[in-house]
Amino acid sequence: MQAGMVIIGAGECGGRAALTLRELAYDGPVTLVGDEPHLPYERPPLSKDAMVSDAPEIKAIASDAMLAERAIRHIHSVQAVAIDRTAHTVRLTDGSVLLYNKLLLATGSTPRRLPMPGLGSRCVYLRTFADALAIRQHLSAGNRVAIIGGGFIGLELAASARKLWAVVIVIEAQPRILMRGVPAEIAEIVHQAHEAEGVKILTGQGIISIADDGTEVCIALADGQEIVADLAVIGIGAVPVTGLAVEAGLTIDNGIAVDATLRTGDPDIFAAGDCCSFPLAVYAGRRVRLEAWRNAQEQGALAARNMLGAGEAHAAVPWFWSDQYGLSLQIAGLSDEGKSMVRRDLSDGAFILFHLAEDGRLVAASGIGPGNAVARDIRLAEMLIAKRVKPAPEALGSQDVKLKSLLAA
Amino acid sequence: MSDWVEACAAGDIDEEDVMRFDHGGRTFAIYRSPDDDYFATDGLCTHEKVHLADGLVMDDIIECPKHNGRFNYKTGAARGAPVCVNLATYPVKVEAGKVLIQIG
Repeated sequence: MQAGMVIIGAGECGGRAALTLRELAYDGPVTLVGDEPHLPYERPPLSKDAMVSDAPEIKAIASDAMLAERAIRHIHSVQAVAIDRTAHTVRLTDGSVLLYNKLLLATGSTPRRLPMPGLGSRCVYLRTFADALAIRQHLSAGNRVAIIGGGFIGLELAASARKLWAVVIVIEAQPRILMRGVPAEIAEIVHQAHEAEGVKILTGQGIISIADDGTEVCIALADGQEIVADLAVIGIGAVPVTGLAVEAGLTIDNGIAVDATLRTGDPDIFAAGDCCSFPLAVYAGRRVRLEAWRNAQEQGALAARNMLGAGEAHAAVPWFWSDQYGLSLQIAGLSDEGKSMVRRDLSDGAFILFHLAEDGRLVAASGIGPGNAVARDIRLAEMLIAKRVKPAPEALGSQDVKLKSLLAA
Repeated sequence: MSDWVEACAAGDIDEEDVMRFDHGGRTFAIYRSPDDDYFATDGLCTHEKVHLADGLVMDDIIECPKHNGRFNYKTGAARGAPVCVNLATYPVKVEAGKVLIQIG
């Protein structure tokens, strides 16, 4: 058996890494191992377009033909069970053993489980295409859907469910929706949009108990209310998939700990995407773990370059988007690094909040508006954040000053 | 066929910027490059049919506003994930202060 590049996890990150290895003309064996039966596919549509479609389909990152053409071996429906770091092998659930020169762990994340008894077949999570199909069959006119957790997955799903005329209620334990990483002013716009579309949102509501008899879910809330639903979807965050790395003795620190080049403590093992924590150069090396599509894509490509010896440090600014109804929200940077905010109003009610650190440095920008109204300015903000500039707050706040001109300064 | 269609006035687009132009049920993107030339491509990204005119122009690159797919708008060449299909381009000329594109 010839040793080559082995990638565990065939999602956006792993798929992108495999393609990048070939783009860089690596000509040894490339093996991509995934536990789902599908080709590598994009997950963001699962809570959005795919959920609304009558016959949801996967949006593949690469077709069978593309993989074959590039001699990328895709082993599906199996998991990696153990890494032997001395022998440089990975053992899979089907008993086979792969020999690696460099190994990439792109194992992703998995929905955080609600630690509560009583959950049954009508209490579900959304991560995979199979999860999406299972949820989709319950989204129909008049069907009652309870969404536990007012984060992005839950809210995007609420919007999709409303498009199919389901009766939707969102239950959030925190005092408002989108507590993590989204400014209150923007969360409020999202909240209003959901209410205008007929979604009921309960905030500050703890759950006392859940009873699920396989046909109906009954959720008892702290204030005595009882919510009865045909389906409960739990969206309370995600946890990194680290089992394999733990077993292999790699360091875990809110995910598989890697350095700026995405390398673990073992020089032949890399980790990228949702499963890893890494130092973010633009915030003085602050260690973060990102659950975001673009990060998965960028780190998959970066890991591939570094598996081939590039030694390149991750330098990207975090970026995230969400679509709900006609609204699009985009965030660049980490807003919790900010101490003050400057608002810039755009056309059609769209606006951007710029987050400034104590020393005036631009550290994040959060925008919301119809369609792609904020996209261009958020992209420019991202470049400004990467350049670590300290723009004049008046310039950021004025529509008359083009952000592009600040970039040139 | 191959008619020249007036898309906009030359001054309607800033340098290093882009504008949407709809015609005959189709949508296009018209660009003005930093060196003051005009170009035209199909209006929708080849990844998920997003209007490119909402995106950012930097040098000879247009970046999709949604998922940051990149194209060289002068040639239509796809320049980075997630896009892999090139963008169609159209001939452009400027006459009497008007930008005309040739729609095949």
